[in-house]
Amino acid sequence: MSVLATITLDRAFGPVVEGAALVSEEGFSPRYDLDRWSGLITKPGHKLEGQSIRDRICFFPTAKGGIAAGWAFYDIKAKGIAPKAFIFGVTNPVMVQGAVLAGIPITEGWSENPLGLIGNGDWVRVDPGRQVIELLRRAA
Amino acid sequence: MLGGAQGPAVQRALQFQLEVGRFFGAERFVPITNAHMMGDIEVLGDAGLALLREFQAAGARARIPITTNARCVDFAWAERLGQDAGECAKEREVIAALQAMDVMTTDTCINYQTLYQPHLGERVAWGDTGTCIYANSVFGARTNFESGPAAMAAAITGRTPEYGFQLDRHRRGSFVVDLSAATLADLADWGAVGKLVGESHQNYYAVPVFVGFRRPPLADELKQLGCALASYGSMGMFHMPGVTPEAPSLDAAFGGTVSDDVERMVITDASIEAVYAGYDLGDGDARLVVFSGPQLSLFEIKSLSEKFAGRRVAPGSMCVITTSNGVISAAEKLGYLKPLEDAGVAVLEGVCFYILQNLSVMREKNGWKNMISNSAKIVNIIGAHKFRTILRRTDDCVDVACTGRLV
Repeated sequence: MSVLATITLDRAFGPVVEGAALVSEEGFSPRYDLDRWSGLITKPGHKLEGQSIRDRICFFPTAKGGIAAGWAFYDIKAKGIAPKAFIFGVTNPVMVQGAVLAGIPITEGWSENPLGLIGNGDWVRVDPGRQVIELLRRAA
Repeated sequence: MLGGAQGPAVQRALQFQLEVGRFFGAERFVPITNAHMMGDIEVLGDAGLALLREFQAAGARARIPITTNARCVDFAWAERLGQDAGECAKEREVIAALQAMDVMTTDTCINYQTLYQPHLGERVAWGDTGTCIYANSVFGARTNFESGPAAMAAAITGRTPEYGFQLDRHRRGSFVVDLSAATLADLADWGAVGKLVGESHQNYYAVPVFVGFRRPPLADELKQLGCALASYGSMGMFHMPGVTPEAPSLDAAFGGTVSDDVERMVITDASIEAVYAGYDLGDGDARLVVFSGPQLSLFEIKSLSEKFAGRRVAPGSMCVITTSNGVISAAEKLGYLKPLEDAGVAVLEGVCFYILQNLSVMREKNGWKNMISNSAKIVNIIGAHKFRTILRRTDDCVDVACTGRLV
C-alpha cells in the first residue's frame, strides 16, 4: 500500500495500530469533555461535540488539565469504547500515564499539523516504534 | 525490583513507571517522600476497582506516606442526593482496598493546605493538578501531574521517573504576566486570571511569571490561581517573584536573566470584568450554587459562614460546599458550620462536586441547566455533565443562592 503522507513524531508509546482518524482543532480531557459510558464527546460547544472516539485514531493539539485520564483510559478500554490511539501535539503526563496503563498507543509532537493534512475518517497507521504516522487512504 | 524479588506488585508498578519514564526520556528514578492519589469509583470504574484488587492481592504496600484526593461519595449524603446504592457499595470497596495497601484515605484535594507541606526541592508524587501546581510553585517542591495509578505506583516503589518538573530545565519561567492593573479582591478574580492565562497558553511546560501585584497574596488566592492555571492551561508551575521560593527575583524566575523579547501579557480589572460578562443564564435559571473544586479551607468556610449568617438559601435552590474531614471538624468546633446549616447550605465532606457519583442524573432530576460558582476551575471542568456554567464573585454567589436570581 502506498503512503500518501507521513508525519514524524517526537515521542511515542505502544504497538502499531491502524484506524480511521478523528481530527480535533480543540484540546481534550476525558473528564471535562467525554461521556465515559458512551465514548461520545459531550461537553457543550466542544469542536467535536457529539462525535465518538471509539476505535478512532484521535488527533488533539493539546491536553487539558484533569488528573482523571490516569484511570479513565483503563476504564474506557475495559468498556470497549477506547480509541485506537491518542495523537497529541503537546500532551501532559497524565495522558501518558493513562495510556500506558491501558495499553493504548499515545504520541506527542508532530512534524506537521495534521489539521488540513488528515481528514476525519481518513485511514492512518500509527507506528510508535518508528515514530511515524502514515496516511494510507482518504475517506470515501 | 524489576526482577520480582520484592514481589509481583512492586515489579508491576515499576514496569509501568519505566514505560512512562521511557516516553519522556527519563534517565533515572528519583526517591520521593510523599504521594497523593486520586482513586474513587466514579473515575476508576469496575475495571479500575478490579485493578486495585489485583494490586492488593499481589501484596502491594505503600512504602512512603500516601494520601487520597476528594472522592465521589459522602456516605452521609448519598441517599439524600439520590446516589446509586450499588456504586456507593463499590466506593466502600475502593476505600477498603486502598486502606489494605496502607493508603491514607484522607479524601481531600487540599492536602497542601491541610495535610503535608513539602519543602523546597523535596520530591513528591502528587495527583490532582491543583495539588501539583501548588507544590511546584508555592513550596518549590518537585512533582509532575501524577495520576491515580502513577501516584500509587510511586508509593509502592518509593520513587518516580525523573522528567518534567523534576528537572531544573522545565522549572524556568516562560512568559511574564503583569498584574499591576488588577485589583483581585475576590477569590474568583484569581481564578479568572488563571482562566485568561491558561486558556491562551495551553501547555504543560508553559510557566507564567506573575509580576506587579502589590500586596502579599493569600494561600487561598494562590490556590484558586493555581487550580485555574492547571485546569484551563494544563500548567504545572508558576512563579511570583518575591513570593514563590524559586523566584527571589524576576531574573531568577527565568533561570538567569529575562530576555528582552520575552512575551508579556497584561491582566487588568477590565479583562477580569470581561470574563464575568462572558457568562449568561441562557435558557436556564440560577438555582444551583456551588463552592467546590477545590475544597474550601477553614478560612473560606469562616468567611462563607459570616456571609450566610441570618440568610436562607432560596426555596427551590440548592447551595453546596465541599471540604475535607479536617476542615469540617474544625469548623464544627469553632461554630462556623451552624450558620451554614441554618441557612440550608449543604456542607459535604471528602468529596468534590464535579465528581459526585450520579451527577448527570442529579442534574436531570433537579432540572438544573446552570451551575454558578466562584471557582473558575469547576466552571471549566463540569462540562461533561452538560452543565452550563457561570463564574461569579463570592458575594454574588451568596446572593444568587439566597435569591435564586443571577447578579
